[in-house]
Amino acid sequence: MSRAESPGRIAWRRLRQHQTALPALVIFGLIAAVCLAAPLVAPYAMDVIDLAAVKQAPSRLHWMGTDDLGRDVFSRLLFGGRISIVIGLLAAVAGTGLGAVVGAVAAFYGRAVDNVLMRITDVAYAIPSLPLLIILSAYSRAAIVSMVLIIGGLSWMATARVVRAEVLTIREMPFVEAARVLGAGSGLTILRHVLPNALGSLIVGATLGVGNAIMIESSLSFLGLGVQPPTATWGNMLMDAQSTMAAKPWLTIFPGGAILLVILAVNFIGDGLRDALDPEKDPA
Amino acid sequence: MGRYLRRRLIQLVPLLFGISVVIFGVIQAAPGGPEGSLLAAGRFVDPSVIESYRHRLGVDQPVWRQYLNWLGASARGDLGQSFSTSRPVTAMIGERLPATLELMGVAFVFAALVALPFGLFSALRRYTFADVLGTGASFLGVAMPVFWFGLLLQLIFSVRLGWLPVSGTGTVGASSLGDHLRHLILPGLVLSTRYIAGWSRYFRSSLIGVSHAGFVRTARAKGLTESRVVGVHTVRNALVPVISVMALNVADLFSGAVITETVFAWPGIGRLFVQGMFARDYPLLMGILLMGAATVILFNLVADLLYGALDPRIRYE
Repeated sequence: MSRAESPGRIAWRRLRQHQTALPALVIFGLIAAVCLAAPLVAPYAMDVIDLAAVKQAPSRLHWMGTDDLGRDVFSRLLFGGRISIVIGLLAAVAGTGLGAVVGAVAAFYGRAVDNVLMRITDVAYAIPSLPLLIILSAYSRAAIVSMVLIIGGLSWMATARVVRAEVLTIREMPFVEAARVLGAGSGLTILRHVLPNALGSLIVGATLGVGNAIMIESSLSFLGLGVQPPTATWGNMLMDAQSTMAAKPWLTIFPGGAILLVILAVNFIGDGLRDALDPEKDPA
Repeated sequence: MGRYLRRRLIQLVPLLFGISVVIFGVIQAAPGGPEGSLLAAGRFVDPSVIESYRHRLGVDQPVWRQYLNWLGASARGDLGQSFSTSRPVTAMIGERLPATLELMGVAFVFAALVALPFGLFSALRRYTFADVLGTGASFLGVAMPVFWFGLLLQLIFSVRLGWLPVSGTGTVGASSLGDHLRHLILPGLVLSTRYIAGWSRYFRSSLIGVSHAGFVRTARAKGLTESRVVGVHTVRNALVPVISVMALNVADLFSGAVITETVFAWPGIGRLFVQGMFARDYPLLMGILLMGAATVILFNLVADLLYGALDPRIRYE
């Protein structure tokens, strides 16, 4: 062995060799790229109404058919995916970030701070999240930013508990003591020495959080409480499709299939990351 | 045990207080306030009518006063009067509760009956093709959007094949027990999917973990039959954490029920909540949230106590 492999490299190599994570990463990357580039690649505009082409089944012109107003379902799916994926990514980052701060601060300062923060976490945990989300999103006449804040603001508790537990362990390690002896302040010690060591579980948590946030966003849209029409989201496309499900199944099948595929891919990536980042595992 | 339980119950007091503050605060923050539902139609309403309406609802009092009134009444089991129907919230919840409990109960039992044998099978045949297939299926189950799965099943089994009713709890004019049960199949299946996937995987990994334990090797070494080793020594120990997770999940079955009941027009608490949302019926929403939170707390406690009762190594002091 010539030189030691960095932990990041080890994780990346393991991830590449993972049977399901790599294909999932490729699939998710492709879907995300195509959706984010929707204005460039979509064959039709999101809300162009074509009354000469209403309720058409999938064909060569309209790959996933058209809806009641003659709008191209495939194009709407791409534009909707852009919103769902952006909300999913940002909400996961917001939720994980908030959870990491709460957990790290609670564990690092201990005592009263810990007690107060963890009781707040308990309270947030005990209120059923979906009903609360329903109320909050009904207030906000959902724009993307408010959806991100609401979903992120109600999905930090698990991360906070995990990070707290990890930091409690890391805090006692010699290198943290060394940093303190050398005069590093609490903030610097947490950011520079403690959190990076809890990064593995944060990354896994954030990844799984993306799938969770997409699920929540589409559930709220489905109930009519997410980003509002005519802006397409996967959830509100399904809400619209519900009444005409029998005659036009393609309106139901494609948006739901997209949600399933993306969440599935994200979960497989998270699962692979968990294996790849596990330091207990043999580095080979 | 008694002392542990007492301490846990005392800890519940600040928790319940925090929950009540959050729920009250969220509802207070509602744009428009309760009289918004009067004005919702965009018509002109005499200001004195609004004033007397506000007075009747008690929302003209200071906020802290409203909170204390609400808290005091809730503690006595009075969740107030619904804005939309003027009936007691407890009565409205009470009417819908049986339907939700029935749906959740069916989903819970069904999930357990499928997940546990399935997990055992996967663990015994681990790393075979069937096991890998099971892992794939469980990933699918966890990633499946509840509302879409419901729509798909309606599309296939109700619309195309005509085997099962689309929604509701019974056929009008032809209701019978059999008819009711047929209405229960699809929503029950939809609600249980995620738990079938989760519990079977969890039981599988728990079984595999226990099968490496020293006492399992001892059981084999002293010549017990394989069925005794698995059935008595492995399964019973592997079930402990699974049962505790199942108890925890009872609480989030409630969130799943909100969506499932909406898709299948099942007249339970979840649907009542969504209707209350659109009617801005704040006492009703608060009552349901409070009840949901109480359920979460109760089953958290049940999960901890079960863990202690099933695993003699755990002693609560």
